[in-house]
Amino acid sequence: MILIFILSAPISVHAETVTVAAASNFGATLKKIIPAFEAETGHQVNLVLGSSGKIFAQIIHKAPFDVFLSADDIKPKKLEDQDITVQESRFTYAIGKIVLWSPEIKIINGSIVQSGKFNRLAIANPKLAPYGMAAVEVLKSLGLYETVRPKIIQGENIAQTYQFVATGNADLGFIALAQLSQKELSNKKDNIWLIPDTLYSPIRQDAVMLKSGQNNKAAHDFMQFLRSYTAQKIIQGFGYEIPKEKEEKE
Amino acid sequence: MMGFSEADIMAIWLTFKVACIATLLLLLIGTPIALWLAYTKSKWKGPISAIVALPLVLPPTVLGFYLLIAMGPHGPIGHLTETLGLNYLPFTFSGIVIASVFYSLPFVVQPIQNAIEALGQRPLEVAATLGAGPWDRFFSIILPLSRSGFMTAAILGFAHTVGEFGVILMVGGNIPGVTQVISVQIYDHVEAMEYNEAHWLAAAMVIFSFLVLTLIYSTSRRKKVTGGLYGS
Repeated sequence: MILIFILSAPISVHAETVTVAAASNFGATLKKIIPAFEAETGHQVNLVLGSSGKIFAQIIHKAPFDVFLSADDIKPKKLEDQDITVQESRFTYAIGKIVLWSPEIKIINGSIVQSGKFNRLAIANPKLAPYGMAAVEVLKSLGLYETVRPKIIQGENIAQTYQFVATGNADLGFIALAQLSQKELSNKKDNIWLIPDTLYSPIRQDAVMLKSGQNNKAAHDFMQFLRSYTAQKIIQGFGYEIPKEKEEKE
Repeated sequence: MMGFSEADIMAIWLTFKVACIATLLLLLIGTPIALWLAYTKSKWKGPISAIVALPLVLPPTVLGFYLLIAMGPHGPIGHLTETLGLNYLPFTFSGIVIASVFYSLPFVVQPIQNAIEALGQRPLEVAATLGAGPWDRFFSIILPLSRSGFMTAAILGFAHTVGEFGVILMVGGNIPGVTQVISVQIYDHVEAMEYNEAHWLAAAMVIFSFLVLTLIYSTSRRKKVTGGLYGS
């Protein structure tokens, strides 16, 4: 790790390197944001992707990360409580949207769930993944949770949940809107149900700066850039919502 | 003092069940394969050995991912189970047992094959001239003389299945009491920041494995001493 740091030392004097640890579900989005950030600032980004829980454990054990982009708002808050983050640095960088998706069956506004005409329903593990928690909330709001429970299978994370549906092992699945490609979104509208906000609480994904990034200009610039118009456009393009200024914090 | 949750206890019991059944199946499937590999002069020996050894090379999540595809509705195994009127295998107890058998096969075939090869053709030829049929030869010559190979195979198969994670994670779907084994449960605890629960379960796994392995190793050594007549 140290070696990587040395090897990737900045060429220019003012440019620095920031190590960003991020939840895998945001990986595709970041791979668009990072080049834009690097082009604009000349800084370099080392990206480490993993599950939020794993990154959290690594941070507690002094992983050399400067910025943490979690898939939820609980873990950044916990790190804040343990006083290993830069004060006042936490903010919501994206709000996740959940959809019900089936590549083969027509989903007319979720009536399929009610009909029970499917083999299995994949959700992310509600204990681990905020998208899984949201899925359970949706089912409870619809009053269907107990009925469909025997048909539920759990992915460890939202990526595995997608896999279960994509490989046909589950007919339906609650996944993140951000996981569906533009093609799927425009061509197969009947196979996707965009779930109304009223059925679940917002999936806030929070970013936080860690103490190791405190004196790193690139880390500060990156946090700033995540809130820029450019970054927000990219984030929205991937199917997330952007928090309105006022609700940024809790 | 923290104990085990109900889900933890279920995971422990389930892991034990999966490992026992998988080990039994592994011995039943692995033995004929090992016998064939030990004695064959076929040109297929190389490719078949390679196929058996493949799970050693493939990362478990990769193996698990392709098992998920193969066992699913679009896969060949899925088609087979469908035509047989069975359910699809992913997310079922049978599914993770079968996946475990694939995954641990080299650990069972290779020790048995080595033991049989070390035995050589000679004792079998002698037995054949004395009129022993193939089953007789297997049970009265091969099995007792390569007992340590079978023992090692059973231990490795069992241990490897207990410690299995990636494959079950992929094909299991994490259903409590059905596919949620200890390793997956520990992973869940860690991901959920429930480190205490993870420590407990991990400790239980270490102690259990240590006890089982100690027991088997010490009994197999004793047998070796008394059965030392045949050397090696």
